[in-house]
Amino acid sequence: MLKILKYAFFDLIRSRWSYTYFLFYFIITFSLLYLSADLSKVIISLMNIILVLSPLIASIFGVIYYYNSREFTELLLAQPIKRSNIFIGQYLGLVFSLTVSLLLGLLIPFAIYGIFYNSEIWNFVILIIAGVFLTFIFAGFSYNIALHNENKIKGFGFAILIWLLLAVAYDGIFLLALVTFSDYPLEKFALFATALNPIDLSRILILLKLDISALMGYTGAVFNNFFGAAKGMIISGLSLFFWTIIPLAMIIRKSSKKDF
Amino acid sequence: MEIINIKNLNKSFGKNEVLKGFNLSLVTPGIISILGPNGSGKTTLIKSILGMVIPNSGDIYVNDINIKNNWNYRSLIGYMPQIANFPENLTVKELFNMIKDLQGGLGDEKPFVDLFKLSAHLNKKLGNLSGGTKQKVNFTLTFINDKPIYILDEPITGLDPIALIQVKKILKQEKEKGKTILITTHIMSLVEELSDMIIFLLDGKIYFKGTIKELKEKYTENNMEQALAKIFLNNTTNN
Amino acid sequence: MTNILKSVLLFLLLSFGFNNHFLSQDTIYVCSACETKTITSALNNVNSGGTIIVKEGVYLEKTLIIKKPVNLIGINYPVIDGKNQKKELIVIASDSVSIDGFQIQNVGHSYIEDLAGVRVQRKKYFSITNNIFYNAMYAIYLEYCGNGIVSNNKIIGNAKNEVSSGNGIHAWYCKNLHIENNHIEKHRDGIYFEFVKNSTIIGNISKNNLRYGLHFMFSNNDNYYDNEFINNGAGVAVMFSKEIEMYRNVFADNWGSSSYGLLLKEINDAKIMHNTFTKNTIGIRVEGANRIDYLQNNFIGNGWGIKISGGCYTNKINKNNFIANSFDLSLQSSSNDNNFDGNYWSSYSGYDLNRDKIGDIPYRPVKMFNYIVNRTPETMVLLRSLFIDIINFSEKVSPVFTPVNVFDSKPYMKKIIF
Repeated sequence: MLKILKYAFFDLIRSRWSYTYFLFYFIITFSLLYLSADLSKVIISLMNIILVLSPLIASIFGVIYYYNSREFTELLLAQPIKRSNIFIGQYLGLVFSLTVSLLLGLLIPFAIYGIFYNSEIWNFVILIIAGVFLTFIFAGFSYNIALHNENKIKGFGFAILIWLLLAVAYDGIFLLALVTFSDYPLEKFALFATALNPIDLSRILILLKLDISALMGYTGAVFNNFFGAAKGMIISGLSLFFWTIIPLAMIIRKSSKKDF
Repeated sequence: MEIINIKNLNKSFGKNEVLKGFNLSLVTPGIISILGPNGSGKTTLIKSILGMVIPNSGDIYVNDINIKNNWNYRSLIGYMPQIANFPENLTVKELFNMIKDLQGGLGDEKPFVDLFKLSAHLNKKLGNLSGGTKQKVNFTLTFINDKPIYILDEPITGLDPIALIQVKKILKQEKEKGKTILITTHIMSLVEELSDMIIFLLDGKIYFKGTIKELKEKYTENNMEQALAKIFLNNTTNN
Repeated sequence: MTNILKSVLLFLLLSFGFNNHFLSQDTIYVCSACETKTITSALNNVNSGGTIIVKEGVYLEKTLIIKKPVNLIGINYPVIDGKNQKKELIVIASDSVSIDGFQIQNVGHSYIEDLAGVRVQRKKYFSITNNIFYNAMYAIYLEYCGNGIVSNNKIIGNAKNEVSSGNGIHAWYCKNLHIENNHIEKHRDGIYFEFVKNSTIIGNISKNNLRYGLHFMFSNNDNYYDNEFINNGAGVAVMFSKEIEMYRNVFADNWGSSSYGLLLKEINDAKIMHNTFTKNTIGIRVEGANRIDYLQNNFIGNGWGIKISGGCYTNKINKNNFIANSFDLSLQSSSNDNNFDGNYWSSYSGYDLNRDKIGDIPYRPVKMFNYIVNRTPETMVLLRSLFIDIINFSEKVSPVFTPVNVFDSKPYMKKIIF
C-alpha cells in the first residue's frame, strides 16, 4: 500500500492540477491577508471558502483521478499485491497530494506575514484540520462513486450532486425543518442532523473556536452541555473521523468484489 | 503439474452469461493464442486468470495453486494490458522502479531499454511519450521480471515494424526457455507465425483447441482464417 | 472630571489628616511578644486619632468595632481570622478611620444577615487600602457613607450560589466613593452600587464572579474607567441609573445563555467610549436606554456585538469597530431615531471607488439569519453555513424581514484607529 501511495502521490503532486489548487489557495490567502489587516476577518473568509471548495475539489479530483488511472489500475491489479492495497494506496496518494496543496497554499502566506504568535492562530489550525478532514471525506465519497459507476459522466454527475446536496441543499432542508417544527424540542435533532453532514460537522468544529460566544447564547441544556465543554470538540472530531473511516471501509469492500 | 487449470468456470455480467461451465487445461508450455470474435469471452477469461474478474462459480488453478482469495500467485504471471496508459507525471524510470518495487524489488529493464532504445526517454514523463514508445514501455514492464507465465492482450498494436520484429524475437526466445505465453490478438499473421496452440472461443465456450495444423486438417482448409470462419458460421447459423 | 478632582482632594485631605494625628498622638504596637497582645485592647487604649501598628501573626478576636478616628496598620499582613463563626470582623463606626495592610479572612456565610469583613456604617473619610480578603461573604460593606477610599485590595471570595453569597465591594446609599486598583474574584457581584452618587471606579479587575463584575442600581452621576471585567456571569449591569460615564474598560469572556459584557437597562444619558468588548456572548445588551453615546468602542469576536430590545431612542452608535462578531447588531424593534453611521464592520463587503475611506454603499448590520435565530434558536447550529449566507445576501438585496431603516450610510473601509 505504501508503495502505491508513494507513486500515486509523486504522480499527482507533480500534476498541474496540484499546482493550480495550491496557487488558488495561495493567492486567495495572500490577498486576503494583504487586503485586510484584521486576522479574524481573514479566517472567517477562509472558512467560507474552505468549507465549500475543499469538498468540491476533492470530489472532482477523486472521480477524475479514478477514471484517468483506470487502465493503469488494471496493470496494478495484475501485480502480486492485495486489491484493497491498490485502491487505498491510490486514494491516500490523491488525498495527501490535495492536502499538501491545501496546507502549503494556506501556510506559506501566513508564514510570509509571520503570523504564528497570534491568538487567532488556533482558529487557523482548526480551520486547516477541518479542510483536511473534508478533503479525506469527499475524496472518499467520489472514489466510491467512481468505483460503482463505469460511466464517467454518470460518476462525475453523482459526485457533483453529492457535493451540492451536502454543501447547500442539506442546510436548506435542515433550516426548513427547524423552522417548521419550532414548537417542538429540537436540540437533539439539530445536533444529530449536523452530525449527518460532514460539512456541517466541520463548520461546527470551527464555530466551537470562532463563535463559541454566540453558541453559548442559546438557553437549551443540551446545546449548553454540548458546546460548553471540550465535549463538543471531541464529539464533532470523532464524528468527522467516522466520516473519514466509512468511505474508506466502503472502498475496501467494493474493491474486493468488483470486476475490472 | 498443470500450468493453468480451469474447472467449470461460470461468469456473468448481469444477465449476460459470458463464460458458461468453462473448462481448460494447459499442460505444455509454449505460445498459446486465444482467438474469438468480440464478446466471445477472451478478455473475461484472461482477467479471470489474473484475478481481475471474480468468477460466480468454478475454480482456477495456476501452477496448481487455487487463485481464490489469493494474490501471491500473480508473481508467476507477467501481464501486458492492451491499452498502455500510465501515470502522466511519473518518468519512465520511476515507472520501472515502481513495478520492480511491487514485484518484490526484483527485475531488470536494461536489456529491453537497450533493445527498444528507450534510454533517451528514461527521464521523460510518461504523459509526454508517443503511443509507440508507451507500448514499448508496456512491453518492458511485462518482461521486467522472469516469470513462468505471460499474458499479453493485443501486444503488437501500435508497434513500428522494427519493434515488431524484436517483439517476435523476444517471444520466441521466451518460448525456448520453456515459458507459457498466452496471447489474444486479431492479427492472424502473428498467430500463424508464433502459435504452438490456438484456443478458439465462441459464446464463452471453447470450440477448438489444438495446433494450427490440426485446425486445418479438421476443417479441411488450407487457410487458418478460413477454418476459423467455418467454425464461426456453422455455429452461429445453427443457433 | 469633577469627580476625579474631588477624589484627589479627598485623598490629600485624608493623608494630611493622618500625618497630623501620627505626629501628635501616641502609637500602640500589637504582637504576641508586645505589651499589647490584642487589637481589641489596642483599640480601647489608643487615643483618638492615634495609630495602631499590628505585627505579623494571627488574631482571633471578637468583632473589632472602631469608635474613634484611628489608623490601623498591618505589618507583613497580620491575619484577622473569623474562623467562619458568622460574625463581622471589623466595623468602622467613626469618621476618619484607615485600615491598611491586613489579611482579613473566613467571615462565614449566612442566609439571614449580610456578614462583612469590613463594614462602614454611616461614616465618612475612611480609607481601606492594601488589604487581602479571603473567603468573606461581603469583603467590604459600605452603608450610608461618603468620601471614602477603597484601593489596592485583593478580594477573593468563594461564592457558590447567589443566595448565600455576597458582593466584593458593596455600597448602599453612599456618595463620593473612590474605588481604585482592587482585584476582586469569586463573589456574587464584584462591585455593587445601589443609590450611590458621584463616585469613581478606576483600574479594578473584577473576574470570575457569579453574577456581575460591576452592578449599578439607581446610581447616578458615577464613572468607571480602565477596569477589566472578565469571565463573570455577566460583565457589568447598569440599571435604572442616569449619567454614567464608562470609558476604556475591558469586557471579556462573559459567556452564557443570558450573559453579556454590559447590560443597559432603563438608563439615560450615558457615555460609553473606548471600551473593548471581546468574546462575550453579547457585547452590550440594551433594554430601554435613551440618549446613550456609543463611540469608538471595539467589539471583537462576540456572539452579538450589540443586542437592542425594547424602545430605545436617540442613541448614537458611531465610530466603533465591529470585528468578527457572529452577529454585529441585533435589533428587535424598528430603528426609531438611533444613528448607526460611520462604524467599521468587518463583514462589510462594499467598495470605495472615490477613495474617501468610506464605503460607497450602505451596510445593513442586521441580518436575515438574526431574525431566524430569534424565532427558532436551534437554527444557531447553521451559523456561517453557505445556505445562510445565500439567504442573508438575498435579504440584503431586498429587505423583507429586517428593519429597513437600520443601516450605516458611511461605513468605514478600514478599522478605525483611536
